[in-house]
Amino acid sequence: MALTDPFARSRGLRLRQRLQHGDLIFWLVALGFALLVVALLLIIVAVTWDGSREARETFGIVGFITSTDWNPVTGEFGALPAIYGTVVSSMIALVLAAPPAIMIGVFLSDLCPARLRAPLSLMVELLAAIPSVVYGMWGVFVLIPFYRTFIASPISNAVGDQIPIFEGPVAVGRGLLVAGIILAIMILPTIAAVSRDVLTVVPTHQKEAMLALGATRWEVIRHAQLPYARAGIVGGMMLGLGRALGETMAALMVIGNMPRIETSLFQPATTAAAQIASQLPTTESDLHASSLILMALVLFLITLAANSIARLLVWNVSRSSGGR
Amino acid sequence: MRPASTMRRYRRRTYINRFMLVLTVGSTGVALIPLVLILAYVFQQGIGAWDVQFFTESFRPVALGEDTVQTGGVLHAIVGTFIIVGVALLMAMPIGVMAGIYLAEYPANRSSTIIRFCTDVLTAMPSIVVGVTAYILIVQQTQRFSALAGSVALVVLMVPIITRTTEEMLRLVPDSSREAAIALGAPKWWTTLTVVIPMAFSGIVTGILLALARAAGETAPLLVTVLGNNNLAYNIFGPMQALPLLAYRYTEQPFAEMNEQAWGAALLLVIIVLITNISVWLATRRRQAG
Repeated sequence: MALTDPFARSRGLRLRQRLQHGDLIFWLVALGFALLVVALLLIIVAVTWDGSREARETFGIVGFITSTDWNPVTGEFGALPAIYGTVVSSMIALVLAAPPAIMIGVFLSDLCPARLRAPLSLMVELLAAIPSVVYGMWGVFVLIPFYRTFIASPISNAVGDQIPIFEGPVAVGRGLLVAGIILAIMILPTIAAVSRDVLTVVPTHQKEAMLALGATRWEVIRHAQLPYARAGIVGGMMLGLGRALGETMAALMVIGNMPRIETSLFQPATTAAAQIASQLPTTESDLHASSLILMALVLFLITLAANSIARLLVWNVSRSSGGR
Repeated sequence: MRPASTMRRYRRRTYINRFMLVLTVGSTGVALIPLVLILAYVFQQGIGAWDVQFFTESFRPVALGEDTVQTGGVLHAIVGTFIIVGVALLMAMPIGVMAGIYLAEYPANRSSTIIRFCTDVLTAMPSIVVGVTAYILIVQQTQRFSALAGSVALVVLMVPIITRTTEEMLRLVPDSSREAAIALGAPKWWTTLTVVIPMAFSGIVTGILLALARAAGETAPLLVTVLGNNNLAYNIFGPMQALPLLAYRYTEQPFAEMNEQAWGAALLLVIIVLITNISVWLATRRRQAG
């Protein structure tokens, strides 16, 4: 019988087998797209590094971040006022947002009735999803008038002479403190969500042991759960801080945009992101543009540091709880 | 009979307990106040700006004096947002979905660790830094502000969201489905395309919608790339208007009519974000329940 050998392979089949029936091609395509993600990050770093060359050569990185002069007309560019405004407004936001956010995390993970948990979590997430320009508009039209009349002016009149950080005049109200308040509202959901997640993974036997000793519900939270989740909560705070540091629109619209360092929290200031966004479209010179690009690079490095610490802390908590 | 001191201490502990529990409920309430206030204010202010003109006309110069009635609309911004975000989505979707497939369907090794790390860094990157990069690469090179530069910036913000959701959704597909397809002789890529992705399809769409909502509301990168435009423009190599840009610029204007239109644009953005997030929430909740 002259049957063809079923195991004889045609050339096409051999090629297909070498390519594992197309698996190799698909793997390469997927890998290529995945590496594009890496490329995006590398391009951002390389392009901002290259674009800031003129500013780096003129001022030096250390000179740039320690100089307080910012004058596009005379060509003097120093980032210290912007960095000061960024850090101080973000710190105000963190101090204001962290305590209530952690309490929300406690409430959502432990105390909330099961039926309310999902809708409340959704509402906290919606707070994070509202575009930042809407927060900025609300700040301009609603919060600033209220803040000026009922918070800033009374405080400044009462204790402004004794305490320099509350010194007047309040003027229209734009300044570091009100920017910090808006940023606090914006980072609250981030901290609350992370706190809820790390508190949820605290092992039940930790809580049961405390309850068996006759502890009240708050004592269980205070002595068993919060210490256990501490690293994760701090991580959530750092994530929130990272978000506040990089936030542009809300800060741009309420902070007043003055590259100055003032002791009083009621005085206008600026942040790195706000300064870039307001000046980059209309730069006076190449050096001006280059300085703004260098500022973007510095801002990126600051937020990268905050986020790296955050990731390490949160990651450690979830890993250690997974191992038990 | 217990000693009085024990009873006193017990009572104090009970009071502290009750006080702190009320405090957690209270701070949850306090945190939700801004959300309610902001949403209520946006709806109240924005709905007044919504009329037929608002959606069908572009910018009209505001006349100083008596006749400031004719203020035009925001059609140019709606069209601009649609084009900028649409072009960004066309670029971000293949990158995000394929990277998600690579992370979920192939064994973890050093390259996937690096890719995941880069996704995390991109997620946390300030959007203005991305805008600055697009400004250098496109605006400085072509000497012209353009919608394309804005789209490129938005791609960087969308890709990590799509990648993360795609990876998570593909991991939810049970391995038995993959094994069944492979047992029938299908190559791995065919299994991925015809079995795994259809099963995770709604989840992947969820991620794309979330990325879309995030990109539609993003203002800072557009400020330094797209610039803004008072005319209806379709050329992606030139400046364009977008809803968040218009909301920002009109807020800074001294004219009450323009402020009102800014609120109208903000309301449109908020509705996009609310609809996306709530529908995604409902979809994922049903999946977890079922």
